[in-house]
Amino acid sequence: MKKSVFLGALTVAGLAAGAAAAGTLDDVKARGKLNCGVTTGLVGFAAPDANGEWNGFDVSVCRAVAAAVLGDSSAVEFVPTTGKTRFTALASGEIDMLARNTTWTFSRDVDLKFTFVGVNYYDGQGFMAPKDLGVSSAKDLDGATVCIQTGTTTELNLADFFRSNNISYEPVPIETNAEAQQQYLAGACDVFTTDASGLAATRATFEDPSAHVLLPEIVSKEPLGPLVRHGDNEWGDIVRWTLNALITAEELGVTSANIKEASMEAGNNPEINRLLGTEGTLGEMLGLDAQWAKRAIEAGGNYGEIFEKNIGENTPIGLARGLNAQWTDGGLIYSPPFR
Amino acid sequence: MADQSTNSVAFVRTEEVPASPPPANAAGPVKWMRENLFSTPVNTVLTIVAAYVIFKIITGAFPWFANGIWNSQSLAECREILQGTTGGCFSVLSERWNQLLFGFKYPPELYWRPTLAFVIFLLAAAPVLFFKLPRKLLIVTALFPFIAYWLIWGGSILTPLLALAGVAGGYVVYSRFVTNNFAMGFFGGIIAAFLIWTIGGSILPDGTITDGPMQSVPSRDLGGFMLNLMLGVTCVSLSLPIGIALALGRQSSMPFIKYVCVIFIEFIRGVPLITLLFVASVMLAYFFPPEATVDLFLRVVIMITLFSSAYIAEVIRGGLAALPKGQYEAADSLGLDYAQAMRLIILPQALKISIPGIVNVAVGLFKDTTLVSVISMFDLVGMIRGPILASTEWNGVYWELWLAASVLFFIVCYGISQYSQWLERQLATGHR
Amino acid sequence: MTIMTDPPRESFRLGMLLSDTRYRSLTLQAIAFILLALSIGYLANNLVRNLTALGLNIDFSFLGTPAGYDINQRLIEYTSQSSNLRAAFVGILNTLLVAFLACVTATIFGVLAGVLRLSNNWLVRKLMSIYVEIFRNIPVLIWIIIIFTIMTAVLPGPRAFRGDNATSSMLFDAFAFTNRGVYIPAPIWGPGSMVVVATFIASIVAMFAYRRYATNLLYATGRLLPMFWPSVAIFFLPAILMFFIMGSPIGLEYPELKGFNFAGGIKVGGPLIAIWFALSIYTGAFIAENVRAGIQAVSKGQTEAAGALGLRSGRIMSLVVLPQALRVIIPPLISNYLNITKNSSLAILVGYADVTATLGGITLNQTGRAIECVVLLMLFYLVISLTISFVINIYNNAIKLKER
Repeated sequence: MKKSVFLGALTVAGLAAGAAAAGTLDDVKARGKLNCGVTTGLVGFAAPDANGEWNGFDVSVCRAVAAAVLGDSSAVEFVPTTGKTRFTALASGEIDMLARNTTWTFSRDVDLKFTFVGVNYYDGQGFMAPKDLGVSSAKDLDGATVCIQTGTTTELNLADFFRSNNISYEPVPIETNAEAQQQYLAGACDVFTTDASGLAATRATFEDPSAHVLLPEIVSKEPLGPLVRHGDNEWGDIVRWTLNALITAEELGVTSANIKEASMEAGNNPEINRLLGTEGTLGEMLGLDAQWAKRAIEAGGNYGEIFEKNIGENTPIGLARGLNAQWTDGGLIYSPPFR
Repeated sequence: MADQSTNSVAFVRTEEVPASPPPANAAGPVKWMRENLFSTPVNTVLTIVAAYVIFKIITGAFPWFANGIWNSQSLAECREILQGTTGGCFSVLSERWNQLLFGFKYPPELYWRPTLAFVIFLLAAAPVLFFKLPRKLLIVTALFPFIAYWLIWGGSILTPLLALAGVAGGYVVYSRFVTNNFAMGFFGGIIAAFLIWTIGGSILPDGTITDGPMQSVPSRDLGGFMLNLMLGVTCVSLSLPIGIALALGRQSSMPFIKYVCVIFIEFIRGVPLITLLFVASVMLAYFFPPEATVDLFLRVVIMITLFSSAYIAEVIRGGLAALPKGQYEAADSLGLDYAQAMRLIILPQALKISIPGIVNVAVGLFKDTTLVSVISMFDLVGMIRGPILASTEWNGVYWELWLAASVLFFIVCYGISQYSQWLERQLATGHR
Repeated sequence: MTIMTDPPRESFRLGMLLSDTRYRSLTLQAIAFILLALSIGYLANNLVRNLTALGLNIDFSFLGTPAGYDINQRLIEYTSQSSNLRAAFVGILNTLLVAFLACVTATIFGVLAGVLRLSNNWLVRKLMSIYVEIFRNIPVLIWIIIIFTIMTAVLPGPRAFRGDNATSSMLFDAFAFTNRGVYIPAPIWGPGSMVVVATFIASIVAMFAYRRYATNLLYATGRLLPMFWPSVAIFFLPAILMFFIMGSPIGLEYPELKGFNFAGGIKVGGPLIAIWFALSIYTGAFIAENVRAGIQAVSKGQTEAAGALGLRSGRIMSLVVLPQALRVIIPPLISNYLNITKNSSLAILVGYADVTATLGGITLNQTGRAIECVVLLMLFYLVISLTISFVINIYNNAIKLKER
């Protein structure tokens, strides 16, 4: 944070000295806070609770990075972004990283110059319909009115799906999830489409969730992951390996319960040792200290714990691990080795 | 038959008959109703239709208010208590009032700070709005921006003090030179202020305070109705001087300056505010130096200020045009130069005529501050559309929330427009 | 005796740039120009530096690439394979459509409310001032959301029309009011229908011709021909006669519940209705104030003078008061139309595909070309408002009091 808004105004006039344009890591350290872009509110992934505390699956990634870099998982400034503002916010440096259900696509990576550091949730676009509509497949939706939450890749996938199946539909694009939900519940559209995880999260807030079904078709691949700007590879590495540390921790059985003990001294498993900094100099290579991964994992637990706590089967959202299980369990979650 | 002589006529009244009351249908409520409600068949029909509309609205809304629930924890609980009867679930207001007023991130233990700032704002605005109040109160007005900044954002008091010192220094230089030459005083004052700010800014320690009663609150954490009020007040007051400058520029005889002003004003007035807010949210960041980060609040303030200054410029131009030509000629014949003529003769009168128009612009602008909800700022409307309606507990409570928002805006805007009408009556005296 | 001589001409000194009125304005303009050029250069330099640092560029070629998304409300042919430029045009037409519709209805609401506010009926007067105050003092954004919520929450969904025990039914079996929109019958143009249409157009022309003839006759001879009933007759009768002579060539296609939605007929989409109605009723409140002010601005002496000449009250209104009031009403009326056009950009809140929603919304999101999209968007609105201001100026010049 600059001295204040007021002096910020002077900075604009070019009269007060701005911070030196160093790497993002130095900026974050100098600021003492991580600016992390999140959604304006999607329960389970990122939403403020009644006390204004941000919680959710994406939020946990931000907190882990803050813990790794700054040693304090609460040193995060959450910047709510819409589908429209998120890329500019990241590109202009208003936020250091974006953890906002953003799909990794070719054009975003190549044309918009962003680096996706990994995938924290493998998603796909699905459809939700009221049970009494009697629809069992998305292919039966000829002539249906479809509510879409705008600002994602959703509109494009939807158009592609209906075109390739040669059926017609009528899109109703809605700005926020809450408003789309209201439209859907009032019957102004027959089905509601967005990422399957978002559908589950939305359904969880309904008065009677069992009256709505998710159709079996998943019409797109939506690998969601945190992203940073092109060009600052050191910072990209930190975010990438923080995410990988969370994933590896689950794979190796390091949890928030046993991490204290495991990081006290080097154990038998060399990879755990390298991860937790009791052996090797991985932290140093990143420009951080040896304990960085330990702090990241302590912040909210390992990947599995974060999943279970925010969107897992015991939460109202109730998502199964599915594709997001560890590779050892037949899922796609796979971290390169810490070596 | 003796008294027949005195009463030669059979009957003569000697005293006046007391006026009998008018017929029942030409007096009192009946007369009033005949004249005002049932004077013609068309009127009768209109009255009946209007009465029916009012009746429908009242009978429809009454049970909703009367059965309102004020103390549940969620919409589901409300529905349980209501058991299917009509009733509002006002508990969303009693549970989330703080979020509606202050946003969801402002620290609850610090709510007294913006509240105090609001009270001081009322004090500061009073002498500007009511000319009869003692002029000494204007000191509060002059100090208000610095106090309010300190109260709302918190942090070290040095920052607002420095800002104040800059303004004071600038004013001293201005008043020192203005008697000779307005331009010298004006630009000298600005340069002095910037000098003080720059030097002070470089020696001042970082003013962030992390806890305690004056802890810093980042502007991202501002929200709710407070944000609407702040945007409205800040942008209108900042845009006044810019608007005056633009209006004078548009009247100027120098073609270059005139056309720059015309192009600026017509451009801003030609595009919707929402596109300017898009500029603030997705474009403006690219126009600042790469190493500077300017937060969204400031960017939005810049764009809204530009927006309202164009409208205010047009109002003031109307005021300037309405002044009789003789005033300009009189000023010239006294040998006043341009700055003196404007400052001492033209502007005081033109601004006075323009006040109602400016107030109208201010009301419109205040209403338009709700548009910031479209670019992910959590003002009152943004709070409702975002965190509150998206939360598991209150998802589905529409009417109560929108009613509350409407009432808040109505109170403020109606109040201001009533003030404007009152002022118009006050000002109307001198000019007929 | 004095001899007036010119003072000796001073040769040019640098100080004269500021002190001499001949040069001062040039100096000031030069300074202003330099300052402006510097600040524009500064901003442009920042922009270029930022963009090169990020490896981005300004590029409008995305306009030619397929948009990839569908639009529910379109006046021209459009599929998801059409280009982004075409999507922008669809949006522009939608903006113009809703702006036009809202201008018409806002004028109707405004004139009604403005005249009724001056009515001598107390209840109506009060009701109208409540309407005006409530709508003027609450942000249009809130009104749009409220009206859209009313639309979706109060009107039934198409599902309510289905089955034997349907909870809703169609009006006259021809109109269906659903929360997705209003379905109305669509005309089917059979053979010979063109003759009917041509007759109808001819009768409109004839009606105006008759009215002009009657007016001219009145001014020339003072003879007053009946106006209203003949006009109505000329307007309707020939077309109706021709319709039956040709054997009813124009039929109606009624909307029917098919699958998920109503099919057939014309659909007026819910989002369109919501933004249309919200803008008209909101702006109507402002127009009502203009109309009231306009009528009140005509001095009472005019009415009394017209009355003294023996005019009936209807004619006083149409021949004396209104022509003068219009002079006051129309300029702010047009700027209200401008406001409607600009406020129609809020249509994104209800999912209506205006230009802000297509070009400034989905296209921007999908291509990430923020600067290009926003610039084009502003350009469009600028062209519209400059056109409207141009019209205002022409009108103002035309109605200027011609003083002799």
